[in-house]
Amino acid sequence: MAKITMREAISQALMEEMDRDPAVFIMGEEVGVWGGTYAVTKGFYDKYGPQRIKDTPIAENAIIGAAIGAAMVGQRPIAELMTINFAFSAMDYIINQAPKLRYMFGGQFSVPMVIRAVGGGGRQLGATHSQTPDAVFAHFPGLKVVSPGTPEDAKGLLKSAIRSNDPILFIEHATMYQVRGEVPDGEYLIPIGQSKIQRAGRDVTIVTYCKGLELSMKAADELAKEDIEAEIVDLRTLRPLDMGPVLESFKKTNRAIVVEEGWKSYGVGSEIVSRIYEEAFDYVDAPIIRVAQKEVPLPYNRALEQAALPQVHDIIEAVKEVLK
Amino acid sequence: MKKEQQLDLYHQMVLIRRVEERGAELYQQGKIGGFMHLYIGQEAVSTGLIAAREPRDRIITAYRDHGVALNCGISANEVMAELLGKETGTSKGKGGSMHMADTSKNMWGGHAIVGGHLPIASGLALGDQYAGNDNVTICMFGDGATNIGYFHEALNLAKTWGLRVLWVCENNQYGMGTAVERASAVTEIRQKAEGYGMKNSQVDGMDVMKVYEAAKEAMDYVRKEGQPYLLEIDTYRFRGHSMGDPERYRKQEEVKKWQENDPIGIFRKQLIEKKATTAKALDDIDAGVDNEVNKAVEFAEASPELTVEDLYTDIYAE
Repeated sequence: MAKITMREAISQALMEEMDRDPAVFIMGEEVGVWGGTYAVTKGFYDKYGPQRIKDTPIAENAIIGAAIGAAMVGQRPIAELMTINFAFSAMDYIINQAPKLRYMFGGQFSVPMVIRAVGGGGRQLGATHSQTPDAVFAHFPGLKVVSPGTPEDAKGLLKSAIRSNDPILFIEHATMYQVRGEVPDGEYLIPIGQSKIQRAGRDVTIVTYCKGLELSMKAADELAKEDIEAEIVDLRTLRPLDMGPVLESFKKTNRAIVVEEGWKSYGVGSEIVSRIYEEAFDYVDAPIIRVAQKEVPLPYNRALEQAALPQVHDIIEAVKEVLK
Repeated sequence: MKKEQQLDLYHQMVLIRRVEERGAELYQQGKIGGFMHLYIGQEAVSTGLIAAREPRDRIITAYRDHGVALNCGISANEVMAELLGKETGTSKGKGGSMHMADTSKNMWGGHAIVGGHLPIASGLALGDQYAGNDNVTICMFGDGATNIGYFHEALNLAKTWGLRVLWVCENNQYGMGTAVERASAVTEIRQKAEGYGMKNSQVDGMDVMKVYEAAKEAMDYVRKEGQPYLLEIDTYRFRGHSMGDPERYRKQEEVKKWQENDPIGIFRKQLIEKKATTAKALDDIDAGVDNEVNKAVEFAEASPELTVEDLYTDIYAE
């Protein structure tokens, strides 16, 4: 086991898959000569050349649209969006085209494409560059939405995504590239669509993913000092959603909170809570609480931005509330 | 062009017309649902264009796609079954009028978001470029699609990267009910290619042989030079935009004037004047088409309905 950063994990996954399969190529804004705006593809241009590391115009429709077309004829493009906020410029392709083409044409088309996109707040980038709109994308059948919270999962899930024959949105978090974690030696894959218990506990279930995992782990450490043992279920994939470990944990603890960075209304938490009520109502001992972003556009001001984002203490308070 | 091929083109044009006339009847009877956009009047465009391609060249088009489907060799049976939403349809009844495809015939679909398929066309060509072949992607769209951002992003990418796309603008004078001059800064659509340094030309879309010659030349350029090309084909739809069109935006005199230039009538006259064939032989083709279309309707109506299980198939590959 080696301890590496999230950035290194993603970079390794990309490189291993490019070495394995010549049909895999990368396209996006500043992925090549620049080395990637988050330095994930640093060195790739020199290693693979402009044919496989394609710098694109700043034109998100062209990037995702062309990736879809290339995927339809058998290539395996990885299209990078500089941030997930720019996905809104390419919404037709992410929502209306990639997830629909197979179904609408009776199974004739496959779209083996990965869209890598960086989301999340906390870097004082202002309201249009700091969003966590994951739930929006998870709404649509036909798309798969993956968002890992550890380097191990990032690497294994990204490799699976690149090998998948379906269109996949792979969401990373802008503040997590330096997060370090153990990664297995040698090649490994993690299947898409499987939630995982990342921390075992007996008293309460915390359901979360991506940045929420980092925060929840810290909260769980604090709670443990007060003899409260939280079990943390990491969704890892938002669609298709694997409720198995969530329900298994909840049936044991009978109390849960959901932690996400996106807005609370119509969010991932709303879905998880509904599913628990629908599928495990008899096990509910307390109302389930959602910890999420305040219902405001994120401001530039650092203190205000942090006040709007979910924090470790919000998680601790929510856990104590459901344990009352 | 050999006589047999010319007669084949005539057959294709008449087939498109008759399939759509029957389609319109079935629509009125409530047997076809959704939106249906007829190609009647524009048959020479796709017929001449697709005759000029090699089988390995890809076609992708907009929602007015019945003609393109038939020209690509999708049978009248499969087109009619798709219109009726049957499992035997070319898109298994899940696409309908606007979404017909058959990848085995290199027909990459009718696409119904205006302009949305243009970046995808760049991508098909990108896939071929990446594979190292010189296939041409032929992307058809209406005049209305040249005013939306997709068009400009797609053309810019194609020229910047040297993608083999033949962009074909079917200028039928109206984007839905809005005349070209009311929606586009330039009325000669081909001029838009100039901004991207892209070679372009314009041709009369009511004459199938002229379309064929222009398309052939443009495709040769795209293949040899490894560069995109924009071909504007001027045409006119004789019917409304879709089945529910009150046609308040154009005068009947204008429609009548264009109908005097019926592409099937023009080609028929040419074939007889050139002594390529006789009126009798063409009448026989017409009769054969009537029979073909009758059989297609019978086939479509007799085909089994989709079941609720089919609702959940073909969402994901895995």
